[in-house]
Amino acid sequence: MQLQLFVIILFLFSPLVPQENAGQFFSSGHTNNWAVLVCTSRFWFNYRHVANTLSVYRSVKRLGIPDSHIVLMLADDMACNHRNPKPATVFSHKNMELNVYGDDVEVDYRGYEVTVENFLRVLTGRLPPSTPRSKRLLSDDRSNILIYLTGHGGNGFLKFQDSEEISNVELADAFEQMWQKRRYNELLFIIDTCQGASMYERFYSPNLMALASSQVGEDSLSHQPDLAIGVHLMDRYTFYLLEFLEDIHPSSKANMNDLFKVCPKSQCVSTPGHRTDLFLRDPGSALITDFFGSVRKVEITMETINLTEPIQQVEQNFVNEERQKETYSYVDQLPVSEIIHQKPKQKDWHPPDGFILGLWTLILLVFFKTYGMKHLKHIF
Amino acid sequence: MGLLSDPNRRRALISLLTRLNAPICVVCYMAGVAWFMGLAFEPFTLRTYMSENAMGSTMVEERFPAGERALGTGREFSAHKKKAGGMPVDWLVKTMQSRGLEVFTQRFSRRLPFPDEDKERYMVKGTNVYGILRAPRAPRTEALVLSAPCSPGDDNNQAVGVLLGLAQYFRNQVFWAKDIIFLVNEHDLIGMQAWLEGYHHTNTTGMDWSPLQGRGGSIQAALSLELSSDVVTSLDLVLEGLNGQLPNLDLANLFYAFCQKIGVLCTTQGKLQRNDWDSVSGYSHAVQTMMLMVMKQASGRPWGDHGLFLRYHIEAATIKGINSFRQYKTDATTIGRLLEGMYRKLNNLLERLHQSYFFYLMPSLSHFVSIGYYMPAFGLLALILLLRVSFQPRLLTTYLLTDGVPGVLSVLTPLVISHLTGVALYTLPIHFQEIAVEHFPVSETEAVVLTAIAVYTAGLALPHNTHRLLTGRGTENGWKVLKLVAVLYLAVLLGCTALINFSLGFILALTLVPVAAFVTPDVPKALSAFIMVILSPACTLLFSVFLFQELQEMPVSFLDGWMLYLSVISQGILDHALYGSLVYPLVALLVYPCWLLFWNILFWK
Repeated sequence: MQLQLFVIILFLFSPLVPQENAGQFFSSGHTNNWAVLVCTSRFWFNYRHVANTLSVYRSVKRLGIPDSHIVLMLADDMACNHRNPKPATVFSHKNMELNVYGDDVEVDYRGYEVTVENFLRVLTGRLPPSTPRSKRLLSDDRSNILIYLTGHGGNGFLKFQDSEEISNVELADAFEQMWQKRRYNELLFIIDTCQGASMYERFYSPNLMALASSQVGEDSLSHQPDLAIGVHLMDRYTFYLLEFLEDIHPSSKANMNDLFKVCPKSQCVSTPGHRTDLFLRDPGSALITDFFGSVRKVEITMETINLTEPIQQVEQNFVNEERQKETYSYVDQLPVSEIIHQKPKQKDWHPPDGFILGLWTLILLVFFKTYGMKHLKHIF
Repeated sequence: MGLLSDPNRRRALISLLTRLNAPICVVCYMAGVAWFMGLAFEPFTLRTYMSENAMGSTMVEERFPAGERALGTGREFSAHKKKAGGMPVDWLVKTMQSRGLEVFTQRFSRRLPFPDEDKERYMVKGTNVYGILRAPRAPRTEALVLSAPCSPGDDNNQAVGVLLGLAQYFRNQVFWAKDIIFLVNEHDLIGMQAWLEGYHHTNTTGMDWSPLQGRGGSIQAALSLELSSDVVTSLDLVLEGLNGQLPNLDLANLFYAFCQKIGVLCTTQGKLQRNDWDSVSGYSHAVQTMMLMVMKQASGRPWGDHGLFLRYHIEAATIKGINSFRQYKTDATTIGRLLEGMYRKLNNLLERLHQSYFFYLMPSLSHFVSIGYYMPAFGLLALILLLRVSFQPRLLTTYLLTDGVPGVLSVLTPLVISHLTGVALYTLPIHFQEIAVEHFPVSETEAVVLTAIAVYTAGLALPHNTHRLLTGRGTENGWKVLKLVAVLYLAVLLGCTALINFSLGFILALTLVPVAAFVTPDVPKALSAFIMVILSPACTLLFSVFLFQELQEMPVSFLDGWMLYLSVISQGILDHALYGSLVYPLVALLVYPCWLLFWNILFWK
């Protein structure tokens, strides 16, 4: 952090550094990368969704994002499913050359922990204090985040685990919360479900770029079945995305426009869509590795640079004045102390109970006096 | 005072119904029969399709290699079976253990109520042998069953051979998520009943069996294999089970899908599918197939070893190998692959089969008619009964007020006596078989059947005797009340039967509804008596036997048909005693008394 600040100051104040390098260095403005990869379906016949997520995980890890910066949510365990003829593996293609499960996969949310609530809590950061670091998205305002969702979806919703759904409005609001809490610098949202484009229709926060595997009204199709394993191994869009990403290496200069060309209609049958109007930079200047990798630009300079006056400490002049102790405290999200010590609410005033009882007895007595005691037997 | 409806219009409707009652009834009857016949017409049916998501398509790679070895095992089994004179228990146990299964045996014994002449058995003692293939990585919560019967003589040796071959192949795979139980049952249905009762800890039929030492979890699906030749030309799927219960249609869809994938000829009811549905012969072929299914379902007996699983909500079917004179033969390896594919798909199940229909009729293996389409046929027939009831307002109260107690008695008496006759029909044949054997030169089976027929015929003489019991004559309107009661009784009875076993309900409705609608004391007695006897349950059964043989293209002469009829009655009584089939008690205790009530009405004085 200090070093980066130092280098930035060097470049700002030195006229000897060529400008285009500086321009490129500052073009993205992010300092760290995060990835949130979610597979929302369970059951053996949804093998392909887990394979989708694991293939993106594999690419992202290969390009440099460490496990500590990846939140991987898998709703079911395909590698250890009893029906898997090749246990401890998840393949992306039936020629079985690529085991996307690998031997160092770290799943952060597994099985029934993959819920809409947990997903939104991860995005917005509202997790209970006991949540371990591996389950948190500890991003800041200089983080580029990649969010990948896959599963079964429809027009405006994504199904989580057969029992609940997240709607596109909820997702857009979650991203707005992230923006207001300064939890991202730029965000790339990729979704591979049926009618995936409906999920990014409602975004309204700045610096979001979205890609989807199919338009509204279209189904995303699976790639091919593997007869030995007995299920479809992967979805088309992610298969071609994986193929594309396998050619990316950390110093690659491929940009987002290349990503938009992945899986045209001839290969995917559905029409992939993308949305860049909320993204403030030109997509052509956004590198793939800005989101998929964790690339730090380091330039070694052999020149010495003269700094201006050394940084001087601000003199504290409270020698004469009283020490003003500034105490800092965390602002509570909820006014806990008020809740714990609250006074009972003021209810509206009612006349005391005895008074009401006496009133009704009086009314009854007057009634029976007037109309005679014979009606009493109807009551008792 | 009709506040919500127009009294004039109501009166007009009621008068229309009263005037045109008979024509409307006839039209309804014709419509019901026409609707039923139309069910087999292909544009009115739906193509079968897989409803269960987890089973998906036939996307598996079948690799079973050892068909010849399986046939060799079958030959060994046959040799040991001859040597042991029954089930070669020790050899089977040893063979299954060598294939890596956990093997257990179960002894059972049962004394039949009377000797079974079809299968020639009376005191049945046997042993079931079953081996459990434990799923390598799964908890033992669910199981699948593959069974082959150990039949006397040369039957079903190849079935046991294929079963053992598959057991060996399955043992080497790691992808089983459910335990697979390989069962060889002796004495077909009796052994299967003993095994199922032991597995589920129930004892509904009074059989004696030793408890099962090994279990596999709750059974999700079962297949029974009957294969008596080394090569087959087609595979037949048998679906009808006990009391007309059918497995989930997805099981039939699975079988058909794999038949198409592997290229094996598949049939149902033993009849091949035809493509020319728009020609007369094509349509009649479909009608024949559907009628065969209807008659098999109406008989209420399990038509394969799978029939007893259905009661425990286990979807099961029997696959029979048929070797007829056709050029293209399928060998044991292909049959093994088909079964392997089916079991791999059943392995993927997460819940019991429940997405597809449980009530359906199949005019061919690729088309089906669901309950929503075939019920209106029965509904139209039941409508006739309701029409007949509907236009007699205030009859009961008038009758009670005018005729009083002797009137009520004259209605109650036929009811009670008819039901007592029904009870006699149900209990006497078995209880009095010894007395009958002493007095007449017949075997026990014949004694039982002939006693049943005798009680049935004796019931016909009742009306004359009933009235001798009463002090006076029956009243004028008494028969109307009796008819009202009888028609309502029949409507409820047929309705409930049709819900459980549509075929039985429909066939009974076809014959009993005309009787119920048109019998009065005023019709010509001799002719109506003759027609009523023709339409009685016993004669319906007789005609059904002949029709069944015709449909199966094995027509019989009258004498053979009569012997077949007697054996059908005895099998019906045995099914009830052995497996809990409900057709015999239904007919004896409920349908026959109902018919007797109408007989009483006919001879009302």
